[in-house]
Amino acid sequence: MLSDIFAKLNSWLLKMDWLKAIFDWVLLDLFGMNQESDAYASLSFFCYDIIKIFILLSVLIFISSYLQTFIDIETTKRTLKKIGGFWGNLLGALMGTVTPFCSCSSIPIFIGFTRAGLPVGVTFSFLISSPMVDLASVVYIASVFGWKIALIYVGIGIILAVIGGTLISALKMDRYIEKFVTEGYSDTDAFVNGMEKLSQKMRLSISWAQVKDIVRRVWKYIIIGVAIGALIHGYIPTDVVSGLLGSNHWYSVFVAVIMGIPMYADIFGTLPIAEALFLKGVSLGTILAFMMSVTTLSLPSLIMLKKVVKKELLTTFIVIVTLGIIIIGFIFNLIL
Amino acid sequence: MIIKILGSGCKNCQRLYQNTLDAVALLKLDAEVIKVTDFMEIAKFQVMRMPVLVIDESVIISGRVPEKEEIVKAIEKRV
Repeated sequence: MLSDIFAKLNSWLLKMDWLKAIFDWVLLDLFGMNQESDAYASLSFFCYDIIKIFILLSVLIFISSYLQTFIDIETTKRTLKKIGGFWGNLLGALMGTVTPFCSCSSIPIFIGFTRAGLPVGVTFSFLISSPMVDLASVVYIASVFGWKIALIYVGIGIILAVIGGTLISALKMDRYIEKFVTEGYSDTDAFVNGMEKLSQKMRLSISWAQVKDIVRRVWKYIIIGVAIGALIHGYIPTDVVSGLLGSNHWYSVFVAVIMGIPMYADIFGTLPIAEALFLKGVSLGTILAFMMSVTTLSLPSLIMLKKVVKKELLTTFIVIVTLGIIIIGFIFNLIL
Repeated sequence: MIIKILGSGCKNCQRLYQNTLDAVALLKLDAEVIKVTDFMEIAKFQVMRMPVLVIDESVIISGRVPEKEEIVKAIEKRV
């Protein structure tokens, strides 16, 4: 009974099957397209995906920005400081998933955490999970691949963040943080500008402004992403795609991870491509590896990180995350 | 009056910078608006969420982009 309701909600709100039905009616009945043609496959993918993404994007950004107005990074810091060891890393990773922030805040947060005396590993657990797992991308993944895979994505993201952070601590990487980060500061200097008191009206208007801003910024990438996805879906034969990225090739995970690094794409622009590849039979491990690589190993954020840590720590971070993603990809290709 | 906009130069920081310039122009104020992108400088203000609006060395808004009108009010309070 409950699962019935859940399935219905899922089909209506997330997968938006009604949208597919509408476009099928327009393309097949109104324009009389052939259901077997390449053009129909591409066009229906394009129309359906574009509308679905813009609806989901707006709603999700609104909800997550609204929640964000309640989350105080200062409180996060203090909570993390009290807990050490494995639990510290786990909590750091979990905090990373629920504390969304603009990507240019990651370095100031790194500095703030380090000055508060947090272990370097806990800070890195936070930094790994934060870009990889956030509310908007998880719900989007659920809409494309289903909830099971979305939860798996969250789970392995957190595991990678915990292991990565623990290794960085174990290697005593705190030696390789740039001097200026901690020099002359201790936690007694802690930031005095606490959270502002916000009215309900302000929270809503902040969230709405965020939606407008993000949509204005990413719509081009989404259209490009969906267009590429639609072309792959309609015109590229399945055996060509599986010939390149199929699970029978041991190197497909490597190709996916390396392709992902220089891509500074929004997750919303990346997912339509992942979706089209998935429909063409590319295995899930390869797709997960691709998405994780795009979000966590982006070149611009690595360049920023370089300003606060020495190259030893930066290299360790890249090696751990890259190896982690490749291993995750392989395991998934083996078991699924 | 010296107004500083802290942030690494992402879209949000640029919008805050533009809104602040608009606010200053609206008030016909003789203020200097400076972009601070160096992390070493930013770190001195002990803030974690970008972008940040600083008026005469005190942090006014952190972690969001206020509209022009809100910046005007914030400046008026400190004139």
